[in-house]
Amino acid sequence: MKILTHIGKYFIMLRNTFGKFTKWRILKQLILKDIDILIIGSIGIVSFISFFVGGVVAIQTALNLENPLLPKNLIGFATRQSVILEFAPTFISVIMAGKVGSYITSSIGTMRVTEQIDALEVMGINTYNYLIFPKIISLSLYPLIICVSMFLGIFGGYIACVYGGFSSSADFVEGIQMDFIPFHVGYAFIKTLFFSFILATIPSYHGYFMTGGALEVGKASTVSFVWTSVVIILVNYLITQLLLT
Amino acid sequence: MIHVENITKSFDETEVLRGISAIFEKGKTNLIIGQSGSGKTVFLKSLLGLFDTDMGSIRFENKVLNDMNDKERAILRQEMGMVFQGSALFDSMTVEENIMFPMQMFTTEIDSEIRDKANIAIKRVNLINANHKLTDEISGGMKKRVAIARAIIMNPKYLFCDEPNSGLDPKTSILIDNLIQEITNEYNITTVINTHDMNSVMEIGENIIFLQNGLKEWEGSNQEIFKTDNKAVTDFVYSSNLFKKVRKLYL
Repeated sequence: MKILTHIGKYFIMLRNTFGKFTKWRILKQLILKDIDILIIGSIGIVSFISFFVGGVVAIQTALNLENPLLPKNLIGFATRQSVILEFAPTFISVIMAGKVGSYITSSIGTMRVTEQIDALEVMGINTYNYLIFPKIISLSLYPLIICVSMFLGIFGGYIACVYGGFSSSADFVEGIQMDFIPFHVGYAFIKTLFFSFILATIPSYHGYFMTGGALEVGKASTVSFVWTSVVIILVNYLITQLLLT
Repeated sequence: MIHVENITKSFDETEVLRGISAIFEKGKTNLIIGQSGSGKTVFLKSLLGLFDTDMGSIRFENKVLNDMNDKERAILRQEMGMVFQGSALFDSMTVEENIMFPMQMFTTEIDSEIRDKANIAIKRVNLINANHKLTDEISGGMKKRVAIARAIIMNPKYLFCDEPNSGLDPKTSILIDNLIQEITNEYNITTVINTHDMNSVMEIGENIIFLQNGLKEWEGSNQEIFKTDNKAVTDFVYSSNLFKKVRKLYL
Protein backbone atom coordinates (compact mmCIF):
# COMPACT_ATOMS: atom_id res chain seq x y z
CA MET A 1 0.00 0.00 0.00
CA LYS A 2 2.80 2.36 0.98
CA ILE A 3 4.47 1.99 -2.40
CA LEU A 4 1.19 2.82 -4.15
CA THR A 5 0.96 6.00 -2.07
CA HIS A 6 4.48 6.94 -3.17
CA ILE A 7 3.69 6.24 -6.82
CA GLY A 8 0.53 8.34 -6.56
CA LYS A 9 2.38 11.21 -4.91
CA TYR A 10 5.12 10.98 -7.55
CA PHE A 11 2.61 11.38 -10.39
CA ILE A 12 0.82 14.25 -8.61
CA MET A 13 4.24 15.88 -8.26
CA LEU A 14 4.81 15.45 -12.01
CA ARG A 15 1.43 17.01 -12.82
CA ASN A 16 2.18 19.98 -10.56
CA THR A 17 5.66 20.34 -12.07
CA PHE A 18 4.06 21.10 -15.41
CA GLY A 19 1.40 23.29 -13.75
CA LYS A 20 1.74 27.03 -13.12
CA PHE A 21 5.03 28.10 -14.69
CA THR A 22 7.66 30.25 -13.04
CA LYS A 23 8.55 33.50 -14.75
CA TRP A 24 10.83 32.82 -17.74
CA ARG A 25 13.64 35.17 -16.67
CA ILE A 26 13.95 33.30 -13.35
CA LEU A 27 13.48 29.88 -14.93
CA LYS A 28 16.19 30.60 -17.50
CA GLN A 29 18.73 31.34 -14.75
CA LEU A 30 17.75 28.17 -12.88
CA ILE A 31 18.08 26.03 -16.02
CA LEU A 32 21.52 27.46 -16.87
CA LYS A 33 22.68 26.93 -13.28
CA ASP A 34 21.45 23.33 -13.32
CA ILE A 35 23.10 22.66 -16.71
CA ASP A 36 26.35 23.88 -15.19
CA ILE A 37 26.06 21.70 -12.08
CA LEU A 38 24.32 18.60 -13.42
CA ILE A 39 25.69 18.32 -16.97
CA ILE A 40 28.99 20.19 -17.22
CA GLY A 41 29.92 19.21 -13.68
CA SER A 42 29.51 15.52 -14.56
CA ILE A 43 31.62 15.44 -17.72
CA GLY A 44 34.89 14.94 -15.83
CA ILE A 45 33.90 11.88 -13.82
CA VAL A 46 31.98 10.35 -16.76
CA SER A 47 35.01 10.80 -19.04
CA PHE A 48 37.36 9.22 -16.50
CA ILE A 49 35.13 6.20 -15.84
CA SER A 50 34.26 5.69 -19.50
CA PHE A 51 37.86 5.77 -20.69
CA PHE A 52 39.10 3.22 -18.17
CA VAL A 53 36.07 0.92 -18.22
CA GLY A 54 36.26 0.91 -22.03
CA GLY A 55 39.89 -0.15 -21.65
CA VAL A 56 38.98 -2.91 -19.22
CA VAL A 57 36.21 -4.22 -21.51
CA ALA A 58 38.71 -4.45 -24.39
CA ILE A 59 41.36 -6.20 -22.26
CA GLN A 60 38.83 -8.68 -20.81
CA THR A 61 37.54 -9.48 -24.30
CA ALA A 62 41.07 -9.93 -25.61
CA LEU A 63 42.02 -12.25 -22.77
CA ASN A 64 38.96 -14.41 -23.40
CA LEU A 65 39.68 -14.80 -27.10
CA GLU A 66 42.08 -17.73 -26.65
CA ASN A 67 41.07 -19.59 -29.79
CA PRO A 68 43.49 -18.54 -32.59
CA LEU A 69 40.72 -19.08 -35.15
CA LEU A 70 38.76 -16.16 -33.75
CA PRO A 71 39.67 -12.93 -35.52
CA LYS A 72 41.27 -10.14 -33.48
CA ASN A 73 38.76 -7.62 -34.80
CA LEU A 74 36.23 -9.16 -32.40
CA ILE A 75 37.86 -7.13 -29.61
CA GLY A 76 36.84 -3.85 -31.26
CA PHE A 77 33.42 -5.29 -32.12
CA ALA A 78 32.73 -6.47 -28.55
CA THR A 79 33.99 -3.21 -27.05
CA ARG A 80 31.76 -1.15 -29.34
CA GLN A 81 28.69 -3.28 -28.66
CA SER A 82 29.23 -3.32 -24.88
CA VAL A 83 29.89 0.40 -24.65
CA ILE A 84 27.10 1.58 -26.96
CA LEU A 85 24.39 -0.82 -25.89
CA GLU A 86 24.86 -1.05 -22.15
CA PHE A 87 27.88 0.55 -20.55
CA ALA A 88 27.38 4.15 -21.69
CA PRO A 89 23.62 4.49 -21.35
CA THR A 90 22.88 2.20 -18.39
CA PHE A 91 26.04 1.86 -16.31
CA ILE A 92 26.79 5.59 -16.50
CA SER A 93 23.16 6.36 -15.59
CA VAL A 94 23.46 4.26 -12.44
CA ILE A 95 26.65 6.16 -11.58
CA MET A 96 24.82 9.42 -12.28
CA ALA A 97 22.03 8.29 -9.93
CA GLY A 98 24.70 8.47 -7.25
CA LYS A 99 26.31 11.72 -8.35
CA VAL A 100 23.51 13.83 -9.79
CA GLY A 101 20.67 12.06 -7.95
CA SER A 102 22.08 12.52 -4.49
CA TYR A 103 22.93 16.16 -5.30
CA ILE A 104 19.31 16.81 -6.33
CA THR A 105 17.86 15.03 -3.28
CA SER A 106 20.18 16.71 -0.81
CA SER A 107 19.81 20.19 -2.29
CA ILE A 108 16.00 20.04 -2.39
CA GLY A 109 15.93 18.21 0.96
CA THR A 110 18.07 20.89 2.60
CA MET A 111 15.70 23.53 1.23
CA ARG A 112 12.83 21.60 2.82
CA VAL A 113 14.61 21.30 6.19
CA THR A 114 15.59 24.97 6.28
CA GLU A 115 12.02 26.04 5.35
CA GLN A 116 13.17 27.56 2.04
CA ILE A 117 10.45 25.59 0.22
CA ASP A 118 7.85 26.91 2.71
CA ALA A 119 9.18 30.42 2.04
CA LEU A 120 8.68 29.93 -1.71
CA GLU A 121 5.18 28.57 -1.13
CA VAL A 122 4.22 31.49 1.08
CA MET A 123 5.30 33.79 -1.75
CA GLY A 124 2.75 32.03 -3.98
CA ILE A 125 5.30 30.23 -6.14
CA ASN A 126 4.62 26.80 -7.66
CA THR A 127 7.52 25.14 -5.87
CA TYR A 128 7.30 21.96 -7.97
CA ASN A 129 7.82 23.92 -11.15
CA TYR A 130 10.45 26.19 -9.62
CA LEU A 131 12.54 23.33 -8.22
CA ILE A 132 11.96 20.33 -10.48
CA PHE A 133 11.23 21.65 -13.97
CA PRO A 134 14.70 23.24 -14.47
CA LYS A 135 16.27 19.90 -13.54
CA ILE A 136 14.17 18.02 -16.09
CA ILE A 137 15.12 20.52 -18.82
CA SER A 138 18.81 20.62 -17.97
CA LEU A 139 19.01 16.83 -17.78
CA SER A 140 17.45 16.60 -21.25
CA LEU A 141 21.01 17.43 -22.34
CA TYR A 142 22.13 14.22 -20.65
CA PRO A 143 22.43 12.32 -24.00
CA LEU A 144 25.41 14.62 -24.73
CA ILE A 145 27.20 13.12 -21.74
CA ILE A 146 26.37 9.65 -23.00
CA CYS A 147 27.78 10.65 -26.40
CA VAL A 148 31.05 11.61 -24.72
CA SER A 149 30.95 8.38 -22.72
CA MET A 150 30.47 6.26 -25.87
CA PHE A 151 33.34 7.95 -27.65
CA LEU A 152 35.75 7.77 -24.71
CA GLY A 153 34.73 4.19 -23.85
CA ILE A 154 35.62 2.98 -27.32
CA PHE A 155 38.72 5.20 -27.42
CA GLY A 156 39.85 3.77 -24.06
CA GLY A 157 39.35 0.29 -25.46
CA TYR A 158 41.42 1.21 -28.51
CA ILE A 159 44.31 2.59 -26.41
CA ALA A 160 44.30 -0.40 -24.03
CA CYS A 161 44.09 -2.89 -26.86
CA VAL A 162 46.62 -1.38 -29.24
CA TYR A 163 49.18 -0.19 -26.69
CA GLY A 164 48.68 -3.32 -24.55
CA GLY A 165 49.64 -5.42 -27.54
CA PHE A 166 46.33 -7.34 -27.76
CA SER A 167 45.59 -6.43 -31.38
CA SER A 168 46.67 -4.07 -34.10
CA SER A 169 45.11 -0.68 -34.65
CA ALA A 170 43.71 -1.82 -38.00
CA ASP A 171 42.05 -4.89 -36.43
CA PHE A 172 40.44 -2.83 -33.70
CA VAL A 173 39.14 -0.18 -36.11
CA GLU A 174 37.84 -2.91 -38.42
CA GLY A 175 36.02 -4.44 -35.42
CA ILE A 176 34.42 -1.13 -34.54
CA GLN A 177 33.07 -0.80 -38.09
CA MET A 178 31.98 -4.44 -38.42
CA ASP A 179 28.22 -5.17 -38.66
CA PHE A 180 27.36 -1.71 -37.42
CA ILE A 181 23.60 -1.20 -36.89
CA PRO A 182 22.85 2.53 -36.59
CA PHE A 183 19.61 1.79 -34.70
CA HIS A 184 21.68 0.56 -31.76
CA VAL A 185 22.86 4.14 -31.20
CA GLY A 186 19.26 5.32 -31.52
CA TYR A 187 18.18 2.69 -29.01
CA ALA A 188 20.89 3.88 -26.59
CA PHE A 189 19.74 7.51 -26.89
CA ILE A 190 16.07 6.59 -26.47
CA LYS A 191 17.03 4.79 -23.24
CA THR A 192 19.12 7.76 -22.18
CA LEU A 193 16.21 10.17 -22.57
CA PHE A 194 14.04 8.01 -20.32
CA PHE A 195 16.88 7.72 -17.81
CA SER A 196 17.40 11.49 -17.80
CA PHE A 197 13.76 12.00 -16.83
CA ILE A 198 14.10 9.38 -14.08
CA LEU A 199 17.36 10.99 -12.88
CA ALA A 200 15.65 14.37 -12.57
CA THR A 201 12.34 13.35 -11.03
CA ILE A 202 12.89 10.46 -8.59
CA PRO A 203 15.65 12.23 -6.60
CA SER A 204 13.52 15.41 -6.66
CA TYR A 205 10.60 13.43 -5.21
CA HIS A 206 12.75 12.10 -2.36
CA GLY A 207 14.10 15.56 -1.59
CA TYR A 208 10.78 17.38 -1.88
CA PHE A 209 8.79 15.08 0.39
CA MET A 210 11.45 14.41 2.99
CA THR A 211 10.78 15.22 6.63
CA GLY A 212 13.14 15.65 9.55
CA GLY A 213 16.58 17.20 9.86
CA ALA A 214 20.11 16.96 8.50
CA LEU A 215 20.38 13.23 9.21
CA GLU A 216 17.22 12.55 7.22
CA VAL A 217 18.66 14.49 4.26
CA GLY A 218 21.49 11.93 4.15
CA LYS A 219 19.05 9.04 4.47
CA ALA A 220 16.82 10.48 1.74
CA SER A 221 19.84 10.73 -0.60
CA THR A 222 20.64 7.05 -0.03
CA VAL A 223 17.03 5.93 -0.54
CA SER A 224 16.83 8.12 -3.63
CA PHE A 225 19.96 6.50 -5.09
CA VAL A 226 18.57 3.00 -4.48
CA TRP A 227 15.17 3.75 -6.05
CA THR A 228 16.60 5.68 -8.99
CA SER A 229 18.93 2.75 -9.76
CA VAL A 230 16.13 0.20 -9.40
CA VAL A 231 13.83 2.15 -11.74
CA ILE A 232 16.65 2.68 -14.27
CA ILE A 233 17.36 -1.05 -14.36
CA LEU A 234 13.66 -1.91 -14.72
CA VAL A 235 13.06 0.68 -17.45
CA ASN A 236 16.24 -0.54 -19.19
CA TYR A 237 14.79 -4.05 -19.28
CA LEU A 238 11.42 -2.85 -20.57
CA ILE A 239 12.89 -0.66 -23.33
CA THR A 240 15.27 -3.40 -24.42
CA GLN A 241 12.39 -5.84 -24.57
CA LEU A 242 10.32 -3.39 -26.60
CA LEU A 243 12.96 -2.09 -28.99
CA LEU A 244 15.40 -4.93 -29.56
CA THR A 245 13.28 -8.05 -29.60
CA MET B 1 -7.74 42.08 9.42
CA ILE B 2 -7.80 38.31 9.78
CA HIS B 3 -10.85 36.48 11.21
CA VAL B 4 -10.29 32.96 12.46
CA GLU B 5 -13.44 31.05 13.34
CA ASN B 6 -13.49 27.79 15.23
CA ILE B 7 -10.63 26.06 13.41
CA THR B 8 -9.60 22.50 14.19
CA LYS B 9 -6.70 20.51 12.82
CA SER B 10 -5.67 16.91 13.47
CA PHE B 11 -2.70 14.82 12.41
CA ASP B 12 -3.72 11.15 12.34
CA GLU B 13 -5.45 10.67 15.69
CA THR B 14 -3.92 13.69 17.42
CA GLU B 15 -6.00 16.86 17.59
CA VAL B 16 -3.51 19.74 17.44
CA LEU B 17 -5.91 22.69 17.15
CA ARG B 18 -9.27 22.50 18.92
CA GLY B 19 -11.82 25.09 17.90
CA ILE B 20 -9.69 28.24 17.92
CA SER B 21 -11.30 31.59 17.11
CA ALA B 22 -9.46 34.91 16.96
CA ILE B 23 -9.37 38.30 15.32
CA PHE B 24 -6.06 39.82 14.24
CA GLU B 25 -6.43 43.54 13.72
CA LYS B 26 -4.73 45.79 11.20
CA GLY B 27 -1.83 47.93 12.45
CA LYS B 28 -1.39 45.80 15.56
CA THR B 29 1.26 43.29 16.57
CA ASN B 30 -0.67 40.14 17.40
CA LEU B 31 1.25 37.55 19.39
CA ILE B 32 0.55 33.84 19.66
CA ILE B 33 2.23 32.40 22.73
CA GLY B 34 2.27 29.01 24.39
CA GLN B 35 4.52 26.16 25.38
CA SER B 36 6.29 24.02 22.82
CA GLY B 37 3.74 21.59 21.39
CA SER B 38 0.78 23.84 22.18
CA GLY B 39 -0.08 24.16 18.47
CA LYS B 40 1.43 27.60 17.74
CA THR B 41 3.31 26.62 14.59
CA VAL B 42 0.40 24.56 13.21
CA PHE B 43 -1.89 27.55 13.88
CA LEU B 44 0.46 29.94 12.07
CA LYS B 45 0.95 27.54 9.15
CA SER B 46 -2.84 27.14 8.94
CA LEU B 47 -3.18 30.92 8.67
CA LEU B 48 -0.68 30.84 5.81
CA GLY B 49 -2.59 28.03 4.11
CA LEU B 50 0.38 25.67 4.37
CA PHE B 51 -1.90 23.32 6.36
CA ASP B 52 -5.57 22.83 5.47
CA THR B 53 -7.78 22.97 8.54
CA ASP B 54 -10.32 20.19 9.21
CA MET B 55 -13.08 22.57 10.30
CA GLY B 56 -13.72 26.27 10.72
CA SER B 57 -12.74 29.19 8.52
CA ILE B 58 -9.93 31.71 8.07
CA ARG B 59 -10.94 35.01 6.47
CA PHE B 60 -8.57 37.65 5.12
CA GLU B 61 -10.80 40.77 4.91
CA ASN B 62 -13.63 39.26 2.83
CA LYS B 63 -11.66 36.43 1.27
CA VAL B 64 -12.14 32.99 2.84
CA LEU B 65 -8.91 31.01 2.66
CA ASN B 66 -10.65 27.64 3.01
CA ASP B 67 -12.78 28.22 -0.11
CA MET B 68 -9.86 29.25 -2.31
CA ASN B 69 -8.32 27.09 -5.02
CA ASP B 70 -4.54 26.95 -5.52
CA LYS B 71 -4.55 29.90 -7.95
CA GLU B 72 -6.53 32.14 -5.59
CA ARG B 73 -4.27 31.15 -2.71
CA ALA B 74 -1.20 32.00 -4.76
CA ILE B 75 -2.65 35.48 -5.41
CA LEU B 76 -3.50 35.96 -1.71
CA ARG B 77 -0.01 34.86 -0.72
CA GLN B 78 1.45 37.73 -2.70
CA GLU B 79 -0.17 39.95 -0.06
CA MET B 80 1.61 38.05 2.70
CA GLY B 81 5.13 38.37 4.07
CA MET B 82 6.65 35.70 6.25
CA VAL B 83 9.67 35.67 8.54
CA PHE B 84 10.58 32.08 9.31
CA GLN B 85 12.18 30.81 12.51
CA GLY B 86 15.43 29.95 10.74
CA SER B 87 15.05 32.96 8.40
CA ALA B 88 14.69 30.59 5.39
CA LEU B 89 16.94 32.72 3.20
CA PHE B 90 17.97 31.24 -0.13
CA ASP B 91 21.56 30.23 0.50
CA SER B 92 22.57 30.32 -3.16
CA MET B 93 21.76 34.04 -3.32
CA THR B 94 23.31 37.18 -1.86
CA VAL B 95 21.47 39.37 0.65
CA GLU B 96 20.40 41.78 -2.10
CA GLU B 97 19.25 38.96 -4.40
CA ASN B 98 17.20 37.42 -1.58
CA ILE B 99 15.37 40.70 -1.05
CA MET B 100 14.91 41.32 -4.77
CA PHE B 101 13.57 37.81 -5.39
CA PRO B 102 9.82 38.32 -4.65
CA MET B 103 9.72 41.41 -6.89
CA GLN B 104 11.55 39.62 -9.69
CA MET B 105 8.99 36.83 -9.45
CA PHE B 106 5.84 38.90 -9.36
CA THR B 107 6.44 42.29 -10.96
CA THR B 108 7.38 43.40 -14.43
CA GLU B 109 9.79 46.03 -13.15
CA ILE B 110 13.32 46.00 -14.49
CA ASP B 111 16.19 44.85 -12.25
CA SER B 112 17.57 48.36 -11.63
CA GLU B 113 14.19 49.54 -10.29
CA ILE B 114 13.86 46.41 -8.16
CA ARG B 115 17.40 46.92 -6.84
CA ASP B 116 16.50 50.49 -5.82
CA LYS B 117 13.46 49.23 -3.90
CA ALA B 118 15.53 46.46 -2.31
CA ASN B 119 18.02 49.07 -1.13
CA ILE B 120 15.19 51.09 0.45
CA ALA B 121 14.08 47.93 2.31
CA ILE B 122 17.71 47.20 3.28
CA LYS B 123 18.02 50.72 4.70
CA ARG B 124 14.69 50.37 6.51
CA VAL B 125 15.89 47.30 8.41
CA ASN B 126 19.26 48.96 9.15
CA LEU B 127 21.46 46.53 7.26
CA ILE B 128 24.82 48.04 6.48
CA ASN B 129 27.41 46.81 3.96
CA ALA B 130 25.75 43.46 3.49
CA ASN B 131 24.23 43.71 0.00
CA HIS B 132 26.70 41.43 -1.73
CA LYS B 133 27.33 38.98 1.08
CA LEU B 134 26.05 35.42 0.92
CA THR B 135 23.59 34.50 3.65
CA ASP B 136 26.05 32.21 5.45
CA GLU B 137 28.47 35.13 5.79
CA ILE B 138 26.15 37.20 8.00
CA SER B 139 25.10 36.92 11.66
CA GLY B 140 21.78 35.55 12.97
CA GLY B 141 20.46 39.05 13.70
CA MET B 142 21.35 40.22 10.20
CA LYS B 143 19.62 37.16 8.73
CA LYS B 144 16.41 38.14 10.54
CA ARG B 145 16.72 41.67 9.16
CA VAL B 146 17.16 40.28 5.63
CA ALA B 147 14.12 38.04 6.16
CA ILE B 148 12.10 41.05 7.32
CA ALA B 149 13.29 43.13 4.36
CA ARG B 150 12.33 40.30 1.99
CA ALA B 151 8.94 40.01 3.67
CA ILE B 152 8.10 43.72 3.34
CA ILE B 153 9.48 44.50 -0.12
CA MET B 154 6.16 43.65 -1.80
CA ASN B 155 4.27 45.93 0.65
CA PRO B 156 2.30 43.06 2.17
CA LYS B 157 -1.04 43.46 3.91
CA TYR B 158 -0.18 40.66 6.32
CA LEU B 159 3.11 39.89 8.04
CA PHE B 160 3.68 36.57 9.78
CA CYS B 161 6.69 35.85 11.96
CA ASP B 162 7.57 32.47 13.42
CA GLU B 163 9.83 32.87 16.47
CA PRO B 164 11.52 35.97 14.99
CA ASN B 165 14.05 36.27 17.81
CA SER B 166 14.93 32.65 18.46
CA GLY B 167 18.68 32.16 18.73
CA LEU B 168 19.36 35.89 19.15
CA ASP B 169 20.92 37.67 22.11
CA PRO B 170 18.50 39.73 24.28
CA LYS B 171 19.62 43.08 22.85
CA THR B 172 19.26 42.00 19.22
CA SER B 173 15.93 40.33 20.08
CA ILE B 174 14.51 43.61 21.32
CA LEU B 175 15.85 45.43 18.25
CA ILE B 176 14.12 42.90 15.97
CA ASP B 177 10.88 43.12 18.01
CA ASN B 178 10.89 46.89 17.81
CA LEU B 179 11.66 46.80 14.11
CA ILE B 180 8.66 44.53 13.50
CA GLN B 181 6.41 46.80 15.56
CA GLU B 182 7.63 49.94 13.77
CA ILE B 183 7.05 48.32 10.38
CA THR B 184 3.57 47.18 11.45
CA ASN B 185 2.59 50.72 12.43
CA GLU B 186 4.35 52.40 9.52
CA TYR B 187 2.87 50.18 6.80
CA ASN B 188 -0.42 49.64 8.69
CA ILE B 189 -0.27 45.87 8.23
CA THR B 190 -1.73 42.96 10.17
CA THR B 191 1.15 41.27 11.95
CA VAL B 192 0.94 37.87 13.59
CA ILE B 193 3.96 36.71 15.59
CA ASN B 194 4.50 33.27 16.99
CA THR B 195 6.75 33.44 20.03
CA HIS B 196 7.57 32.09 23.45
CA ASP B 197 9.93 34.94 24.23
CA MET B 198 8.57 36.82 27.25
CA ASN B 199 10.53 39.97 26.41
CA SER B 200 8.58 40.15 23.14
CA VAL B 201 5.32 39.67 25.02
CA MET B 202 6.08 42.59 27.34
CA GLU B 203 7.63 44.76 24.63
CA ILE B 204 5.29 44.53 21.64
CA GLY B 205 2.29 42.38 22.63
CA GLU B 206 -0.64 44.60 21.66
CA ASN B 207 -2.90 41.57 21.30
CA ILE B 208 -1.80 38.26 22.81
CA ILE B 209 -3.35 34.83 22.34
CA PHE B 210 -2.25 32.09 24.69
CA LEU B 211 -2.59 28.54 23.38
CA GLN B 212 -2.51 25.43 25.50
CA ASN B 213 -3.00 21.89 24.20
CA GLY B 214 -4.51 23.24 21.00
CA LEU B 215 -7.06 25.44 22.78
CA LYS B 216 -7.19 29.21 23.12
CA GLU B 217 -6.77 29.57 26.85
CA TRP B 218 -6.53 33.34 27.15
CA GLU B 219 -6.51 36.56 25.10
CA GLY B 220 -5.52 40.11 26.04
CA SER B 221 -2.81 42.76 25.79
CA ASN B 222 0.63 43.03 27.43
CA GLN B 223 -0.91 45.27 30.09
CA GLU B 224 -3.68 42.79 30.85
CA ILE B 225 -1.28 39.86 31.09
CA PHE B 226 0.13 41.41 34.30
CA LYS B 227 -3.29 41.37 35.94
CA THR B 228 -4.68 38.06 34.76
CA ASP B 229 -5.59 35.35 37.27
CA ASN B 230 -5.56 32.61 34.65
CA LYS B 231 -3.28 30.01 36.21
CA ALA B 232 -2.12 28.49 32.92
CA VAL B 233 -1.06 31.93 31.66
CA THR B 234 0.66 33.00 34.88
CA ASP B 235 2.45 29.64 35.16
CA PHE B 236 3.76 30.07 31.63
CA VAL B 237 4.52 33.79 31.52
CA TYR B 238 5.85 34.13 35.06
CA SER B 239 7.78 30.90 35.22
CA SER B 240 11.06 32.73 35.93
CA ASN B 241 11.77 34.45 39.26
CA LEU B 242 12.66 37.65 37.42
CA PHE B 243 9.25 37.92 35.78
CA LYS B 244 7.54 37.03 39.07
CA LYS B 245 9.31 40.00 40.70
CA VAL B 246 8.48 42.26 37.73
CA ARG B 247 4.83 41.32 38.07
CA LYS B 248 4.83 41.97 41.82
CA LEU B 249 6.38 45.39 41.27
CA TYR B 250 3.86 46.17 38.53
CA LEU B 251 0.87 45.14 40.61
